[in-house]
Amino acid sequence: MKLEDALNLSTQLEKRKVNHASVSWRRWKNRLAYLLFLLATLSGVVLLGVLIFDVISTGWKWLSPDFFHNFASRLPDRSGIKAALWGSIWVMAVTAPLTFVLGVATAIYLEEYAKKSWWSRFIQLNISNLAGVPSIVYGILGLTLFVRQLALGESVLAGGLTMTLLILPIVIVASREAIASVPASLKYASRAMGATRWQTIQKVVLPYAFPGILTGNILAISRAVGETAPLIMIGAVTYIAFTPSSVMDAFTVLPIQIYSWISMPQEVFHELAAAGIIVLLAFLLTMNGIAVYLRNRFQRKLR
Amino acid sequence: MSQATKSTEPVIRGSRFQRKPTWRNRIEAMIPKFLFLLASLSVLTTIGIIFTLLLETAAFFQEVSLIHFITEKEWTALFSGDQQKFGILPLVTGTLLVTVIAALVAIPLGMGSAIFLSEYAPESLRRILKPLLEILAGIPTIVYGFFALTFVTPFLRNFIPDLGIFNALSASIVVGVMIIPMIASLSEDAMTAVPKGIREAAYALGATRLETAIRVVVPAAFSGIIASIVLAISRAIGETMIVTIAAGATPNLTFNPTETIQTMTAYIVQAARGDISFGTIEYKSIYAVGMTLFLFTFVMNLLAQWITSRFKEEYE
Repeated sequence: MKLEDALNLSTQLEKRKVNHASVSWRRWKNRLAYLLFLLATLSGVVLLGVLIFDVISTGWKWLSPDFFHNFASRLPDRSGIKAALWGSIWVMAVTAPLTFVLGVATAIYLEEYAKKSWWSRFIQLNISNLAGVPSIVYGILGLTLFVRQLALGESVLAGGLTMTLLILPIVIVASREAIASVPASLKYASRAMGATRWQTIQKVVLPYAFPGILTGNILAISRAVGETAPLIMIGAVTYIAFTPSSVMDAFTVLPIQIYSWISMPQEVFHELAAAGIIVLLAFLLTMNGIAVYLRNRFQRKLR
Repeated sequence: MSQATKSTEPVIRGSRFQRKPTWRNRIEAMIPKFLFLLASLSVLTTIGIIFTLLLETAAFFQEVSLIHFITEKEWTALFSGDQQKFGILPLVTGTLLVTVIAALVAIPLGMGSAIFLSEYAPESLRRILKPLLEILAGIPTIVYGFFALTFVTPFLRNFIPDLGIFNALSASIVVGVMIIPMIASLSEDAMTAVPKGIREAAYALGATRLETAIRVVVPAAFSGIIASIVLAISRAIGETMIVTIAAGATPNLTFNPTETIQTMTAYIVQAARGDISFGTIEYKSIYAVGMTLFLFTFVMNLLAQWITSRFKEEYE
């Protein structure tokens, strides 16, 4: 099929009179295309640069220790992100362990135990569909199920559980890839030594797949840290001037604080929003950096 | 399940290989069942989503007729009393307007990047550019929203002086930027999967890189490329924060991108932020709009899956 494409092309090229001018014309077109494709690629990079420059130049002057110690306020000078920062940390403290356990368990089941039955195929189809559901729909689910039905209220727990459902598909896919990359020979060796299935998973598969699983989890968590819409749905937009002290407390998170500031008409609050974005981006970049570092470090140890 | 386990772990009666019912073996037998339960949670999530949406949507349609919902040209759900009108059309056209412009921005740039990265870029350049595109993919949408409102809109006003503060155009352009990395990296994956030999055959016949890319590699990777575009469009339909911040909150049946509009997602946020109480028609309208949104993205996702499985190219 593909070979045919190549052959068709060659006959077309032959039919054309290949004289000097047409070759240079084709070469010229190729050069022009190179330039256009390069520009397309660079446009993304340039936009990233402009975006980061815009945010930093707008918000830089508001970054001070006070910005981290103060709660949100009507007075820009006394505004800060203390409640939002702690709220984000609390939500992550609920989400991270839950997604890790559920995601890895599902991945182990699908990769190591599930037979090719209609049910396991159905679970897989289902997971890839869940990954494409808009985050705001998860927010509607969280509002209905956790806030109302289970009567958790607009709490850290409700937010954390909603986020767990949202990022679970990402964690499952990443963990499955990591587990699938474990060489079969290692598993056979372990089974041949008399280890049971679970012992093999515990002692051979998981340690080998761990760096990949960890990276996938950290990246999914960093996605959750930046999510705004689902938490607006479960009612985390209200004005909060305290840090949560239990999972049943009301909360706000960094992206929502940023959103509240962006929604204000005064220019000065937009600068505060930019300062909040700097903190958020720095946090995400650190997490991604840790993920990359851990992956490299563990990989070196194992090989 | 239990049958399958038996076939792979033969139990020879009376032999010394027989599994004794020790606690360890009992746990060993329990584990798959336990993991199976946890894995089924994802199915429960789907059932939960569909069930919650259906329940309240059904309640919504007891008060508003479906015909009215589809044909009425005004959406004023948060107005009071008689002025309330529940025609989904303006929200749908708002969403489609944003999606179409975003696709017009993202498809050329994303495809260009994919072709450059897989066909032209030397390894050293690739190693710098790919992580940068990944960073672009990891930026939270709230940040994109800020960028649209405080940078793109003022910038566009240099060229279109009567552009409003909230307009569909800058929101759509930024949604397009947001989905560039998705199209670029998924299409690039599809193109790198095309075997080297096919490319080399084309080069050997005297084709330039451009001719090889356009006439050999892209057709060979076509299903993957189309699937990436469909998935990116589905993401654009469901995108919430950028349009909430930059496109405005006025449901508007228009195809003029310089006007202010409201998308389905932005309406859901606006309604959830307001003080609407449980059980009212406004509350139920969140679910009706959510259901419509879910159906749109669900169809797109199924389409992407169908394309990948139906037109998958297998190389020996």
